[in-house]
Amino acid sequence: MENKKVAGAQPALAPLTSPNFETGSGKRSSLWKRLVAQRHLQIMALLGVVWMIIFNYIPMYGIIIAFKEFNIVKSISEAPWVGLTHFREFLDDDNLVNVIRNTLGISLIKLFIGFPLPIIFALFLNEIRNVRFKKSIQTISYLPHFLSWVVLGGILATWLADVGIINNILLALHLIDQPISYLAEPSYFWTIVISSDIWKELGWSAIIYLAAISGVSPEMYEAATIDGAGRFQKMFYVTLPSIKSTIGILFILAVSGVLNSNFDQILVLRNSLNDSASNVIDYYVYYTGILNGRFSYSTAVGLLKSVIAMVLLVIANQVSKKINDTSLF
Amino acid sequence: MFALNRKTKGEALFDIINNILMLCICFITLYPIWYVLVNAFNNGNDAMQGGIYWWPRMFTLENFKAVFESPGIMQSMWITVAKTLIGVVAHVFFTAMVAYAFSRRNLIGGRFYMILGTITMFFGGGLIPSFLLIRDLHLLENFMVYIIPVLFSFFDLIIFMTFFREIPDGLEEAARIDGANDWSIFLRVVLPVSMPVIATIALFHGVYQWNDYFTGMIYINNESLQPIQTYLYRVVAQSSSSQMMVAVQGSAATKTVTSQSIKLATMVVTTLPIVFVYPFLQRYFVKGMMIGSIKG
Repeated sequence: MENKKVAGAQPALAPLTSPNFETGSGKRSSLWKRLVAQRHLQIMALLGVVWMIIFNYIPMYGIIIAFKEFNIVKSISEAPWVGLTHFREFLDDDNLVNVIRNTLGISLIKLFIGFPLPIIFALFLNEIRNVRFKKSIQTISYLPHFLSWVVLGGILATWLADVGIINNILLALHLIDQPISYLAEPSYFWTIVISSDIWKELGWSAIIYLAAISGVSPEMYEAATIDGAGRFQKMFYVTLPSIKSTIGILFILAVSGVLNSNFDQILVLRNSLNDSASNVIDYYVYYTGILNGRFSYSTAVGLLKSVIAMVLLVIANQVSKKINDTSLF
Repeated sequence: MFALNRKTKGEALFDIINNILMLCICFITLYPIWYVLVNAFNNGNDAMQGGIYWWPRMFTLENFKAVFESPGIMQSMWITVAKTLIGVVAHVFFTAMVAYAFSRRNLIGGRFYMILGTITMFFGGGLIPSFLLIRDLHLLENFMVYIIPVLFSFFDLIIFMTFFREIPDGLEEAARIDGANDWSIFLRVVLPVSMPVIATIALFHGVYQWNDYFTGMIYINNESLQPIQTYLYRVVAQSSSSQMMVAVQGSAATKTVTSQSIKLATMVVTTLPIVFVYPFLQRYFVKGMMIGSIKG
């Protein structure tokens, strides 16, 4: 009885004690009330938002130095505007053709060889019957992913050295007369970069496909078996179509990252002798900006790259939407 | 049923070829690492002759002794251990905290926050604007440059969020009835049941922290603050290019080979910790990667 009375009395009292009094509108007051109720959540969220503003959005604002003549001792806003001067300078640069050729060459070959290989690897690994053997292969194939590019650079330098194993084998087979300094020869650079990247990431990239394959219903395979499908036929007509959407999404991501020619790797493997094959956009930005202090010019080059990458992302997304019905946005 | 399970000749052949193929892949994956390992355990001058493929010819621990006795290398090792441990704990905690808030469906402004974050996955300032920011924040020559700029990752947030949304609401409601606020729900209810995803993100970030040499290279000049990978990068890049210069000129010096064997030993010491950790976390990260990539 008593409880009911109190409950009944509350609505009459509420307008007096609510923040409604101060803020005016009822809608706003309920928003305010909800904000207060979730103040802890809001603090957590805002800490993240503040971090993103500082570390993601302030650098985006910093891009305007590409259109200015930025001087290290002055602030960004003080620097004078110079329009597209730095972009024009890059287009006139002797390095332009070389840098674009290396970036696109390495990236596209990586995309067209490096993208399908993990899918093929996953398809074949999935056909291994012995569970323990399958698990061991998987564990071994991830291993190189955990090595840093610096260590891998060391391994490659050891393998490709004049007294290294590759030269020793080729000399023993009389395929060459003299040891070759592979890392000093521009003509070998792309092959080294692409094959070492595949070596490092094959198993790791396959994880996601293996996970997708494990979700395929066993009934589909049984039905295919009854229809008389062989192993290859099951791979092509059951497994592959079932992981189509995973492949689509990963392909879009791969295309959008195509110009990121793996800076870490290039930096470790490049040297002045193979420069004509190893100078990619990312390295050129680092070289002109950080090493030579041409901040504005270097930012302009980096910005051009981002714009092209963005366009590629949109194209890949549209293509995938048409062919595959999967898209990121 | 019996007939279905019996292998045909073609099936058997397929299995044999497939098994051989997989063994080949394992060999190609492991052998380069093994080659470095046996050479690291071999006498440096002797290794210069080449021909050590399967087992050390003149077994020695001298190379490793040299690594552990070098104060520069050990200091870099400690910096790497410190930045990995602190970095992983800070990154996992901070990213999970933001992800927990973002994952609540009633969060006011939640949609806006998500748009803000999604944009960061596709746009960025690039190298130079980021460098200028780090400089203006006084993070140059500062240990915190390894921690703060990578405290948060929107990609990792999505992985966390997807996982948090699958936690039954009942758990949270029960805690709320007991008078818990959002902080204690996050800390005492959500985090403890999220070990698989925490392990995944911890592994990803741990690998990043352990292997990153670029941060140490561009933001740090002070050698006592430099991580082992940056140290190794300087050794690898410098000595390999000088070695190549020598090779091009057609002469070989004995001294570089000793530095070579120390280089190999340093590489082994740098790699071992992470190679030991990952098999323990393996069962978690397959699931974690699946969650993150498909819905990302």
